[in-house]
Amino acid sequence: MDLNRTPGEQSFCEEVRAWLAANQADLDESQSYDQVENMDGWMSFLKRWQRKLYEAGWSGISWPKDYGGRGASIIEELIFTEEMARAKAPNVMNISIGIELVGPAIIHHGTEAQKMRYLPKILSAEEIWSQGFSEPDAGSDLASLRTVAVEKDDHFVVTGQKVWTSWAEYSDYCILLARTDQQAPKHKGISCFLVDMKSPGITIRPTVQITGEAEFSEVFFDEVRLPRESLLGPINEGWKVAMTILAHERGTSAIKYQIRFRTELDNLINLAKSMTRSGQVLSKDPLVQQKLAQCFIEVEVLKYNIYRAVSQIMRNGKPGPESSIIKLFWSEMDRRQKETGMELLGLYSQLVQHSKWAIDGGQWPRAFLWSRAGTIYAGSSEIQRNIIAERVLGLPRST
Amino acid sequence: MNFGFTEEQEMIRSQAAEFFKQEYPIALVRESLADDRGFNQDLWDKMSGLGWLSLVFPEEYRGAGLTFVELTVLLEQMGRVLVPGAFFSTVLLGGVAILESGSPEQKSRWLKAIAEGNLKTTLAHIEPDGNRDARVTAKGAGNGYVISGTKLFVPDAHSADLIICAAPTSESSNPTEGISLFAVDRRSTGLNTTALRTMDQTRRLYEVTLNQVHVPEDHVLGAVASAWSTIENVLCKATIGRCAEMVGGAQKMLDMCVEYAKQRVQFGRPIGSFQAIQHKCADMLLLIESARSAVYAAACAASQDSKDTALLASVAKAYTSDACRFVAGEAIQIHGGMGFTWEHDAHLYFKRAKADEISFGDAIYHRARVAQLIGL
Repeated sequence: MDLNRTPGEQSFCEEVRAWLAANQADLDESQSYDQVENMDGWMSFLKRWQRKLYEAGWSGISWPKDYGGRGASIIEELIFTEEMARAKAPNVMNISIGIELVGPAIIHHGTEAQKMRYLPKILSAEEIWSQGFSEPDAGSDLASLRTVAVEKDDHFVVTGQKVWTSWAEYSDYCILLARTDQQAPKHKGISCFLVDMKSPGITIRPTVQITGEAEFSEVFFDEVRLPRESLLGPINEGWKVAMTILAHERGTSAIKYQIRFRTELDNLINLAKSMTRSGQVLSKDPLVQQKLAQCFIEVEVLKYNIYRAVSQIMRNGKPGPESSIIKLFWSEMDRRQKETGMELLGLYSQLVQHSKWAIDGGQWPRAFLWSRAGTIYAGSSEIQRNIIAERVLGLPRST
Repeated sequence: MNFGFTEEQEMIRSQAAEFFKQEYPIALVRESLADDRGFNQDLWDKMSGLGWLSLVFPEEYRGAGLTFVELTVLLEQMGRVLVPGAFFSTVLLGGVAILESGSPEQKSRWLKAIAEGNLKTTLAHIEPDGNRDARVTAKGAGNGYVISGTKLFVPDAHSADLIICAAPTSESSNPTEGISLFAVDRRSTGLNTTALRTMDQTRRLYEVTLNQVHVPEDHVLGAVASAWSTIENVLCKATIGRCAEMVGGAQKMLDMCVEYAKQRVQFGRPIGSFQAIQHKCADMLLLIESARSAVYAAACAASQDSKDTALLASVAKAYTSDACRFVAGEAIQIHGGMGFTWEHDAHLYFKRAKADEISFGDAIYHRARVAQLIGL
């Protein structure tokens, strides 16, 4: 075990730093957007930014070179992400479904033609992706989904409804799960499709969330015609593709969260140092110190959990069911940390954006509300515990 | 960066796991409970033969010259089978203290003796008021010192040959100043050890009283009156080592639970098929794996004497202390009535987890340390 960077990793890191320094103007511009009020402006900035990253060879760092990636290792990916965060570079989170989830699925399960067609445009943000998995009656029990794709001559006809589809309005393509065999056991009759969102018959209806924003939508498919080439992986084997996607969603995508949590915690610590209550500086209160120290400890532990997971991916090539541990850890931790943040802010914690007295522009109550999402999406905490119990520990199935 | 075991580390892990499976079954742990010293000579000789007592000592002192990471790997396996305390006390407490501050002559004499299995040591640094500050008195007398006072919670004092004892040799208002370290012969006139009656009998703790004990000058470790940083370093490494043992014990508890939950049938199905049990086990694994990550990170830092070692040691101990208390409690709960019996092994692990949790500072202590180290 060695947590030090190799000379190669170190010089990679310096290259990243130099490039980021040369593009400071973009980093400054990124600070000027109100991501809630001006979502359109923010999204178009992110697309420009990602295009720039792509052209400089910083998009898809661990992807094969043939498909527009850099062909480096996941360690370099980790270093890059850390350096981006250190420079406070904009997070590509909003348009990351393509890079983090769809890309690996196509790399693993796609045909050569699909790889050439889709991967470079994912990396350049020329095409934005969304994810059509959950349905009104298929949440945790994803495999009971009812959207159907009927094979007809050289194409499929899709009818059904998806929910919680993030960034559907901004997406050009959607990775969709649909039932192609009604008779087969539920996990064995599902196929995965790459759907052009401009196809006739698709309707998008935004869903307003607990935060008041409408980041996700309901998506309706009414006899949408999909060419045969849009099938990803063999027919009726879409569940395997879904598992690849979920393993990435739960595991590797946590790399960047780890750094966001650290930045948020640093902000909270600075706040605690600047606030007083009953005449005492908050950060000097022993109880507050215990709570902030616990937050710090958990963020550190998450970091080293991720380092171990990344080292394991270096050995095994892909994330396994252990990624559920990472997902469970960060999502539950995020809730605790935001609760601590709210507690420290006291009465001010309830003041939201545009309130004259709001602290940090009301970002704390917003983050507090957002922290309730992490333990639900990409498999709720309960589902993660089922996976850990049955697939990692080998306990007998519960049903 | 590679945060996984090297081939050598993996070899140590599997060799240790296999060795303890053969040589230290739970029946021997139970036998040691009845033994006065809680010490097993046969096991000691074999561990010495494998070179484990001197794993981190330089080759010139008959050591293997390996790093603290390799020692951590070994300690995790020791915690798994409840290896009694003399190894920890000799290597992590006395051994590291001698290694960090002994003169070449002292190292040559004592480290070689430890390597050969002929010398056992421990550290006496806690006094009855509960402070970590050493307040036993040491006064210069002739060609040495005379030490008097009482040390408490001294691990394995009765089986140790040398008790490394912290005592102030000069007055100071700052409790960290003026402290010296003495390698006191346990058989000295005026030194008495009395076993403390403790909950966890897999480790032994003692009261050590020193009544005008004469210590020769060549038994002073390091420079006189400036031992505090050595003590801090020793305790820091011991903290990390203790965490490694705790993770090993917790992993064993989870393994026992999973095994039991697969076999125990109630309501016509194995209890491990109930989500109430499954989710407990999943939470236990999350805590154990997370504690393990923290411990390995701290061990990596310690192996390179990184400036982050103290912070990472406190991160690891705070997290591991809470994690292992939870895991041990759930282990009893999952075993139901059986878990509450003397006959079942769960209580051996439960009690040790509690003793370990409060050793070298509990979670509250280490969170306060973290707060201090990150500048709150």
